[in-house]
Amino acid sequence: MPVTLKEATGPAHSRIYAMGAARGENAVPNDDIVGPINSSDEWIRQRTGVITRVRAVRETGALELAVEAAREAIEKAAIDPAEIDLVIVATISNVQQTPSISAVVADRIGATPAAAYDVNAACAGYCYAIAQADALIRAGAARYAMVIGAEKLSDVIDPTDRSISFLLGDGAGAALLGPSDTPGVSATSWGSDGSKAGLVGMNATLTQFRDGEAAWPTLRQEGPSVFRWAVWEMAKVAKQTLENAGVKPEDLAAFIPHQANMRIVDEFAKQLGLPDTVAIADDITTTGNTSAASIPLATHRLLQERPELSGGLALQIGFGAGLVFAAQVVVLP
Amino acid sequence: MAYTTDEVLAGLAELITDETGIDASEVALEKSFTDDLDIDSISMMTIVVNAEEKFGVTIPDDEVKNLKTVKDAVDYITNNQ
Repeated sequence: MPVTLKEATGPAHSRIYAMGAARGENAVPNDDIVGPINSSDEWIRQRTGVITRVRAVRETGALELAVEAAREAIEKAAIDPAEIDLVIVATISNVQQTPSISAVVADRIGATPAAAYDVNAACAGYCYAIAQADALIRAGAARYAMVIGAEKLSDVIDPTDRSISFLLGDGAGAALLGPSDTPGVSATSWGSDGSKAGLVGMNATLTQFRDGEAAWPTLRQEGPSVFRWAVWEMAKVAKQTLENAGVKPEDLAAFIPHQANMRIVDEFAKQLGLPDTVAIADDITTTGNTSAASIPLATHRLLQERPELSGGLALQIGFGAGLVFAAQVVVLP
Repeated sequence: MAYTTDEVLAGLAELITDETGIDASEVALEKSFTDDLDIDSISMMTIVVNAEEKFGVTIPDDEVKNLKTVKDAVDYITNNQ
């Protein structure tokens, strides 16, 4: 008789139990950064909606921000961290390529020996990680999962760059997921288009830097092309996500897109035809664009400012360097 | 049915007004989008996408960079219908 392997089985559903957040210590106003880009506070506000961006001090890295955000989520969820058996950190700004941030975060929050790995999906990283955590919990591969978007983007910016650097901030947002009696995370729409890899990303490689062929690699983007893709292509993805989830725009409590630029957020909301009852995340105005951290940070802030949104449905969509994108509807904790 | 140059200009002026609030009468063929009309790259892209839909044309990203004046855009749309 051949042996039949036993497979893992999990609960029917997962949901987000609680959120946590950590922002860079310093709120940096536009006036502090306009010199090297020959710009003005008015120009930046008008074109991006950003008033300040938060940036961390030298001693604080993406790792420290991730740990702080995760601890808040654990405290709010009232879960024993030893119960957490999966930690996923979405990041593009880990300046030490290996080991992963996740393994160290898992240890610092008391979750060792949880499975732990980093995800590199830029500004879509958090939504990628939510998709994975949800699937792994329902498959029985994990019971409680800590998903974190963590970035210290101020380590990879060029103060003289006019394309993206002035938008960027440092922070981490965390979501603790676990089993649920009812659906808490919808089907995810996700994908990539590597033919557009040149639209946004680092402007050099580490080996070019090592060989003296390039300065320290920093982020750049083709703003108008990214804008077109982020609004009109992503609007199609968002609409498909709602349809797949069986959700109409008027069923939403909140729309939480990646906080890339307030004009993307505004035009995106317009394309979706969202009613006035839907809260639209605008954390970028004071936090800046924090890549993988932006959606959980914006979610955390919405829930802090409008606790009545708890239990409602939020459409979240991340999009960025790759190009990559991911979207799902979640029940807000 | 193909749009005439005048129809494209009038339609484009309408899209520019919708996006920027600039009076349609300001939108003349010789005007530069950036220097005369003060339209930034993000607004320009919004106008381009709306023009694609309105006139049934495709205006690739690389082509948008070549559209310096209103005439450039009107000509491109007219010739690529």
